[in-house]
Amino acid sequence: MVDVYLNGKFVGSTDDAQCFVEKFRSLRRSGKVDATVSISYDEVHDSVFIEADSGRVMRPLIVVKDGKPLLTDEHIKKLEKGEISWDDLIKQGIIEYLDASEEENALVAITPEDLTEKHTHLEIAPFGIFGWAGSLVPDINHSPGARMSVGAKNQKQAVGVYALNYNIRFDMDVHTLHYPQKPIFKTATEDVSGIDYHPVGQNVVVAVGTYLGYNMEDAIVINRGSIDRGFGRSHYYRVESTEELKYPGGLHDTITIPDKDVLGYRSEYDYRYLEEDGIISPEVHVAENDVLVGKVSPPRFLSAGEEYELLSEGDRESSVYLKHGEKGIVDSVIITESSEGNKMVKIKIRDLKIPEIGDKFISRHGQKGVVGLIVDPEDMPFTESGIVPDIIFSHNSLPSRMTFSHMIEMIAGKVGALNGRFVDGTPFESESEFDLRKELQELGFRENGVETMYNPVTGEMYKVTIFIGSMYYLRLKHLVSNKIQARARGPVQILTRQPTEGRSREGGLRLGEMEKDAFVAHGAAMVLKERFSSDNTTIPVCENCGNIAVYDVIKDRAYCPVCGDKSNVVFVQTSYAFKLFLDELKSMQILPRLGLDKKV
Amino acid sequence: MTNAQIFEEYSGKLPENLLEEIKLKVPKRISKDKLKKILDLAVEEYEQSLVEPGEAVGLIAAQSIGEPATQMTLNTKHFSGVAEMNVTLGLPRIIEVVDARKTLSTPSMNIYLKPPYDKASKEEVKNFANRIKETHLNEIATQIDVDLADQKVEITLDMDKIKALELKQTVIKKAIKKQIRGLSEKDIVFEKDKIVLKIPESLSKEQEVDPIFKIKEKIKDVVVGGIHNITQVLPVLENGEYVIKTAGSNLKAVLALDFVDPSRTITNNIFEIYDVLGIEAARQAIFNEIYSLIEQQGLNVDGRHIQLISDAMCVSGKISGITRYGIIKSKSSALSRAAFETPIRHLTEAALSGEVDEFKSVNDRVMVNGILPVGTGLVEISMDLTKLNQGGDANEE
Repeated sequence: MVDVYLNGKFVGSTDDAQCFVEKFRSLRRSGKVDATVSISYDEVHDSVFIEADSGRVMRPLIVVKDGKPLLTDEHIKKLEKGEISWDDLIKQGIIEYLDASEEENALVAITPEDLTEKHTHLEIAPFGIFGWAGSLVPDINHSPGARMSVGAKNQKQAVGVYALNYNIRFDMDVHTLHYPQKPIFKTATEDVSGIDYHPVGQNVVVAVGTYLGYNMEDAIVINRGSIDRGFGRSHYYRVESTEELKYPGGLHDTITIPDKDVLGYRSEYDYRYLEEDGIISPEVHVAENDVLVGKVSPPRFLSAGEEYELLSEGDRESSVYLKHGEKGIVDSVIITESSEGNKMVKIKIRDLKIPEIGDKFISRHGQKGVVGLIVDPEDMPFTESGIVPDIIFSHNSLPSRMTFSHMIEMIAGKVGALNGRFVDGTPFESESEFDLRKELQELGFRENGVETMYNPVTGEMYKVTIFIGSMYYLRLKHLVSNKIQARARGPVQILTRQPTEGRSREGGLRLGEMEKDAFVAHGAAMVLKERFSSDNTTIPVCENCGNIAVYDVIKDRAYCPVCGDKSNVVFVQTSYAFKLFLDELKSMQILPRLGLDKKV
Repeated sequence: MTNAQIFEEYSGKLPENLLEEIKLKVPKRISKDKLKKILDLAVEEYEQSLVEPGEAVGLIAAQSIGEPATQMTLNTKHFSGVAEMNVTLGLPRIIEVVDARKTLSTPSMNIYLKPPYDKASKEEVKNFANRIKETHLNEIATQIDVDLADQKVEITLDMDKIKALELKQTVIKKAIKKQIRGLSEKDIVFEKDKIVLKIPESLSKEQEVDPIFKIKEKIKDVVVGGIHNITQVLPVLENGEYVIKTAGSNLKAVLALDFVDPSRTITNNIFEIYDVLGIEAARQAIFNEIYSLIEQQGLNVDGRHIQLISDAMCVSGKISGITRYGIIKSKSSALSRAAFETPIRHLTEAALSGEVDEFKSVNDRVMVNGILPVGTGLVEISMDLTKLNQGGDANEE
């Protein structure tokens, strides 16, 4: 007896598992069971699992019977004419969806030629084995699998046009590319997926070589001329929003220009862009600390109002302002209503991002790199025909990663650009490299893509020929301008008096425990003390009893509350964290006493 | 001056073994000048390689082992051990050694044979190995029957196996008597190829459930031969002789066997080495274990770092691991202990006994933002004030 489980729950058992599973599948193929229900026989557990849950990744395959695919030329003709659709094929059980566990029961042929009696399914196209994103990488069957993963993963981070109505959408943290282009060397997935309608990259001329060492360790050198002509230019959009919240007791926030007596009033300068309604207007250039929406909130604790009348008499300032390091132009402003019916303001800020040193770029083959240098066009090497590369890519990125598809694309792109046509790079089915080379030769170039180039400074011919071609480059959304961080002085945390953490809070970079160890290992005791002095304080200590004393600023007098007049208070230099630690000890009923040495 | 005299001259400046090495490597007919030059260079090199005062050797040792250890977790290549024997290796094993765990995940021994047995054939070694392996009664029994009427348990024995293992009746008898409570010698009777156990009435009265079934189950696990705790044996040919690798360890009992070479036989259980051979041997064993583990991963760590760790684990005369119950407990500073693990427990305990912290350790100084007592922070300037006065007053001039 074999147990049968439905969505992980035991529902019954069967004598002949194989027969049961096959019958179930034929029911599904005839449309009596939903196409997304999977059934599989697990040999290890000797049980049958039927899965209808959501969240299972499924992929379509052509059903094979007796070594012959059910999908015939007739179907394809009808499909081309539009007489039948994909859904019809599924209803007829010609194509079915398998999930991961049902795949374990299947033997899938990659091409029709591979089919034998044993096979149960056939790939719709051979490149299907790479998956949707993986097959966007052209000729990836020539590169290691790891590179496909990197390439596919990074294409998702590429800057493109994410939605054609981006102009009226209020999405947070999005980028749009200015001049997107279709790739010259493209795969069939490109056409099928519709990514052609909103491409994510641009075709550029790439030379493989060095440029004064500025492209080592995966960096790339970019031509300033290309950037000026629009290569990699993009806009970055972020949304700030606020809402007039309602509080118990009829109190509510007010969107307005705050009065000067409001608690936490910033400065008149910070509110300068606000219009009468307290909201900024579009097309204003804003930078950090500029208020976008002026807002005041009622006091936080109502019951304590009487007690702290002086402090919380008025309203609090709670405006929306640009945080540290942010800048841009107000793109659009909308005033609307939240789901609770409160007045809500959303402000979209756009910022032009021109490629700069530190921005991340990638080819589709997992060859990612960061801009190491931007070179004026006159300082870029040029070919005999006067072509100046847009990007100089380091040859050292090639041997260890073995991305042959990257190099094939350079040749294919060159052929495509010169002949004014797209080149098919669908994995397994692409135009042959041999033919491309031949075509390149017919165009009057060397068949291996190599060209003689000239030194831009001296005008001399380089002694070596340089591999140069056209390929598709993507700008990734990781921009330095959104990540750069540095600090010398700045805000500290209230509790520990140590510097704040994080870019948006103008924070420092922590010198952590292991970094401390490195200093100790070098015996650099004084440097370490200096670096740990960020929260240095002087605390009054009573020599008599060892407790922390009190310093009265008004009377300029230090005294110990325990010893009174007999106290002998000295000032001790230590970290504020230690003082806090002593306080915490006291809170756990442990009294720490400091015994002081005479030596200072 | 002869060359020997020159060497004599440097005897204080260089360690003996270095001098010997130079003596051996230097050509016989070397000029005195050249020899002196060589020796001077050697002295310079030697002095440069000495650890300087104030160097944080412990921390450097920790870093030197810790850094490759991070690579070990990333290197997920699996080394499946020697010939089917499953041995914990890599980082988990290093942690086991350094923490001084008493129960190991895979205890094992390498048993070497004493001459003339080291030339023994594979069959003979297999025989030795089987004698070491712990044998349970059910392994030598073909059948175990219960006779309820007479209150008897009958065990039919496999006589061929008994012969092969060289088990004697008296030994089996003793083992049963020792390991099953309530049976006296006269209750265990040998009949040809059978052992008959008579269950004494005293036993049956004690318990409500018939004890005979309990005994029937228990008897299966009685160890009748071999060495306790050694569950698997595997003779392996290494450098032309057979070594018996075991799963399970019992150093004391194995060393007592007459065919075992006690000078080479080793276990990976440090505590057994400590119990049998003493703390110095344990110290060396810790070193050997960690060193070989790091070497197996193809990493390179200077042995002196590991020596320092094994020394630190053994200074107290007992093995103490680098845990809050071991080395950390012996730290004199309460704050340092609290900084390691379970701070609240350490702080409350320190408060209860009224501990005084001298703020002399590195950890404590970091907490109060003081100058660390390492490297440049170790030295202090001292001045003879009486001599200062002799210089006269600067203002006079």
